[in-house]
Amino acid sequence: MIAIVDYRAGNLTSVLLALEHLGVPSEITSDPAKILAAERVVFPGDGAAGESMRNLRELGLIETLRAVVERGTPFFGICIGMQILFDFSEENDGVACLGFVPGRVTRFQPAERAVKIPQMGWNAVRFRQSHPLFAGIEDESEFYFIHSYYPVPADPAHCYGETEYAGVCFASAVGKGNLFATQFHPERSGRIGLRMLRNFTEWDGRC
Amino acid sequence: MLTKRIIPCLDVRNRKVTKGVRFQGNVDLGDPIEMAVAYSEGGCDELVFYDITASAERRPIDIGMVREVAKVVHIPFAVGGGIETLDDMYRVLLAGAEKVSVNSLAVKNPGIIAEGARAFGSQCIVLGMDPVSVADRSRFPSGYEVTIRGFRERTGMDALEWAKRAEDLGVGEIVVNSVDADGTRAGFELTLTSLISTNVHIPVVASGGAGVPQHLVDVFTKGHADAAIVASMTHTGEYTIAAIKAELDAAGIPIRKKW
Repeated sequence: MIAIVDYRAGNLTSVLLALEHLGVPSEITSDPAKILAAERVVFPGDGAAGESMRNLRELGLIETLRAVVERGTPFFGICIGMQILFDFSEENDGVACLGFVPGRVTRFQPAERAVKIPQMGWNAVRFRQSHPLFAGIEDESEFYFIHSYYPVPADPAHCYGETEYAGVCFASAVGKGNLFATQFHPERSGRIGLRMLRNFTEWDGRC
Repeated sequence: MLTKRIIPCLDVRNRKVTKGVRFQGNVDLGDPIEMAVAYSEGGCDELVFYDITASAERRPIDIGMVREVAKVVHIPFAVGGGIETLDDMYRVLLAGAEKVSVNSLAVKNPGIIAEGARAFGSQCIVLGMDPVSVADRSRFPSGYEVTIRGFRERTGMDALEWAKRAEDLGVGEIVVNSVDADGTRAGFELTLTSLISTNVHIPVVASGGAGVPQHLVDVFTKGHADAAIVASMTHTGEYTIAAIKAELDAAGIPIRKKW
């Protein structure tokens, strides 16, 4: 069973339907016991860092997530569920985050007025290192992004894929042991995104 | 590099995709679910569904159809038409849509944009607008007036002022559908598209008038659009998404190449 963590962070339906399409049993849940018992955990979400952290605290999920990551359960963070894995986000005047991956999250500051914020749409991901979740996916494939902030890992070794936007090249896929996370939405990235999710459902958490 | 999006627009009436010219004389073209799957597999970057008779007939949106689409299409799609309340937005998003598009509702009740953006995030809230060109520059400095209810009603609002206000209220994207160009297949309204796109900081989707691939080249270069809607030219099978993308690629416009 895959637990899709519900912390009131946006629409989780597309993640559920993508896993359903792959024929993998999954459940949207806020229940710490179910999350701890799950074989794998997807940590999705749209929204702001401040509210996301507040919700996790209120739901008593911070320690649950920490335990899941520490015990080696394959873990997939998506979008805001990637950003709050870092130490700190500049969003909402600065928010202390989960600190599972060293680094911070900062806002796009385009020099040109013509660059739209948020980044909305399909952009290429250049692989920096191989990873089991990239199996069967061509380098420089495009994925669907929607975000105004981006992560800056402190250790380049945690960057598995990068993407260019608004004059920066940022880490769009990060990994650390059994933890993998993407700024883009694999569940909304068509056949190639589904392949990444399928790779996750078959991943033992090692790389 | 962020790619330019091509978005087929499926106008749905009684669970059939239809297409008219300037909102008139609609003919049935096919099944919305089958067409959505074919488009998604054919390389479109996003889809939009308008339940076009909903607002005229004052009935709620077809949630069952939204759910069916979400089950088989794993790219973003937006749904518009018949959305009256925050609860309607919630039901559409919960059914699996990435975005909801509001048009007439936002004109009558601009607060719904701010409420929707607060509740679900700006990225979920799309403003659709149907501007028509007007001669009276003293009343309409941009030269375009916003119409609603499928061009049946004028609003007295200037199109550019409305776009800026909607951005301030928190919409994540604006679809600019030219009433003058809609269904004509004579090209996008480039002046209007460029005017809106270069004066807001959020993505702008050009709509109305796509007839040949060159029209998309024009709207991404001269029109400064972030995305473009196609309907007649691909619904009829005359052009495929891949054929349009090949021409855009040849013109040096970044597009998604692998799907």
